[in-house]
Amino acid sequence: MRLQYTERQKQFRQEIRDWLAAHVPKQTLPSFDTAEGFEAHRQWEARLFEGRWSAVTWPQEYGGRGCDLIEWLIFEEEYWAAGAPLRVNQNGVFLLAPTLMEYGTPEQKARFLPRMASGQDVWAQGWSEPGAGSDMAAIRSKAIRDGDEYVINGQKIWSTRAVWADWLFGMFRTDPESSRHHGLTFILLPLNLPGITIRPIKQLNGLPGFAEIFFDDVRVPVANRLGDEGAGWNVAMATAGFERGLMLRSPARFQQTARHLVELYLQNQASADADPGIRDAVIKSWMDAEAYALATYRTASRLGKGAKIGAEASTNKIFWSELDLLMHDTAMRILGPLGELMPDAPDAGVHGPGHGWLDGFLFAQAGPIYAGTNEIQRNIIAERMLGLPRS
Amino acid sequence: MDFTFDEQQLAFRDAIHKFLMVEAAPEMLREVWETTKSGRSAELRAKLADQGLTALSVPEAFGGIGLGDLDWVLVQQELGYFAIPDSLTDSAYLAVYLLTHLPADVQLKREWLPRVAAGTARIAVGHPVNPLVADAANADLLLLWHDDEIHALTPDQVQLSFNPSIDLSRRLYKPAWTPSPATRICPAAQGRRLWADVLDRAALAASAQLLGLAQRMLDLGVDHAAQRKQFGKPVGSFQAVKHHLADVAVKIEFAEPVVHRAAQALATDDPRRDVQVSHAKLAAGEAARLAARKSIQAHGAMGYTWEADLQMYMKRAWALDAAWGDAKFHKARIAAAILTPGARLGPGTTF
Repeated sequence: MRLQYTERQKQFRQEIRDWLAAHVPKQTLPSFDTAEGFEAHRQWEARLFEGRWSAVTWPQEYGGRGCDLIEWLIFEEEYWAAGAPLRVNQNGVFLLAPTLMEYGTPEQKARFLPRMASGQDVWAQGWSEPGAGSDMAAIRSKAIRDGDEYVINGQKIWSTRAVWADWLFGMFRTDPESSRHHGLTFILLPLNLPGITIRPIKQLNGLPGFAEIFFDDVRVPVANRLGDEGAGWNVAMATAGFERGLMLRSPARFQQTARHLVELYLQNQASADADPGIRDAVIKSWMDAEAYALATYRTASRLGKGAKIGAEASTNKIFWSELDLLMHDTAMRILGPLGELMPDAPDAGVHGPGHGWLDGFLFAQAGPIYAGTNEIQRNIIAERMLGLPRS
Repeated sequence: MDFTFDEQQLAFRDAIHKFLMVEAAPEMLREVWETTKSGRSAELRAKLADQGLTALSVPEAFGGIGLGDLDWVLVQQELGYFAIPDSLTDSAYLAVYLLTHLPADVQLKREWLPRVAAGTARIAVGHPVNPLVADAANADLLLLWHDDEIHALTPDQVQLSFNPSIDLSRRLYKPAWTPSPATRICPAAQGRRLWADVLDRAALAASAQLLGLAQRMLDLGVDHAAQRKQFGKPVGSFQAVKHHLADVAVKIEFAEPVVHRAAQALATDDPRRDVQVSHAKLAAGEAARLAARKSIQAHGAMGYTWEADLQMYMKRAWALDAAWGDAKFHKARIAAAILTPGARLGPGTTF
């Protein structure tokens, strides 16, 4: 055990810190769930790519730096500490890309990865359907082989970023006779194909952060298939593992929120201490954010020595989503009657460092739901980690 | 940056686990609880010594193995998992730490360290954070706090009154004694730091034992839920029960790295080690308390009985959660460090 950074790791930290200090926009970008904000965030991805910072864990040939997971954690720490923009292409870079690296053909990797890294292609995900949420194996959307093409019919829903995204990755039923997790295939497709209709869905904050997608005889070349026909479930599970696992929510994000929460508490201590529970919740927030960082460094160390990520990915998902709720609940308790005010309300006052408490509070409500509900995660933990019988 | 134990450390941990699995089954624990007046088994102590546990951190010059906090933390998890009824930690970790770091007094070290290493001496440690001294009546020597000084007393110099605990294997005593220049082995100037360091090690040991206890209570809950049938199937197949136990697994998963980091902080004299130890104690205590609550729930009425083994692990957990600094104490130490302007917080400040 050695819990110090190497000289090389320290240099790496300094390098990204310097680059971010010179390049992070002074003004916060508009939300990427607006047309204007989406383009601004796409341009930011292009800037990151120019500095070779958009996908640091990828191999150099695709625009990355071949970083290991410890370096990725360092990158994330500096990125969040610098207050850099949210990653509009997160679904692509962190969720699809690892799957593409594992299952993609050389042609697919060369075709998709550099354009993803540079933000030229922003990716949305197409997992859920109206009848297939937590029960993903209930997918019904069909992709029927017709020569060198699949003909897609059906419907996807809750597709994050799909309103303005360029491409979609998702799972479709290629064998109409199949059921459950058999006969599914992982397919990549551009969202501007004829027959595709996108209906934006407004989220709690009033912005269309996700969408419903209708497919009406949409023709997609067979070359856009990722992995074998009928192997989609296994290919997708790899993605789901990454999503629940390390890369969806780096600890730095929560450590930054915890730091802002401590600052918010200190600025409002006189009123906050009138509710004795607040101080306790602030301490707990710091502890849990720290614990999440420690656990992630431990997992990164183990993966670096060849271990595989297992059901602990499910413990991660539960831990960070509940931590995010705790921190934002606590902030709202400190803010009291100012908490409900929109950021541009004239009497909103100074919401303290970090601002965005209301936005964060709303988004935290989604944490225990997306990427596999926490109830599903608990089932996975109980059955795969603890060995309890299936119901 | 490498947050893993080395092969040798893990192999030692595995060996201790296998050893205790055989030598410290719940039946043995129950026997010590219910039939021995001292709450201790000389036979068990001899076996622990055979495994090298009494010699673990005694310097090699005094007949020990000379290992450190990082090796102890893994052993402590095992001692917790098997709820070992012995004063091993106080004698072989805490007292050894005090004696080893005493300024100069080689005589005392020569007299006691080899005996501790051999498993033939028990030493009790009285720190003001605890109102009582554990295992004082079994001790061949007592190291007691007085105004930050360290005093060494032989049993005949101390009057003890026994305070029974709900955990029958805990032996707690109130000592009455008179400090004198003859009993003083370390002045306050050096003692202050030593007492602080020994408190951190004791709290770390308790944290690691709490983690082990949490895992044991979880395992007992899982075993029961998998075997007990109602409505024609194992109760562990019902989601409500599964989710109780999954929550415990989550708590353990995120407490363990905190405890291991605290051990490394002590091993490397990290300037923030007091905060890290307090964090470890709070996180492990929370995991153990939740494990007790959820495991008793998974056991149903059996969990409320003397007969089910769970009670022994629960009681140890409840006791240790408040020993060597309760939650109030450790939370105050964290608050002092983080709820202050300019505190080092946020991404990139973990290590």
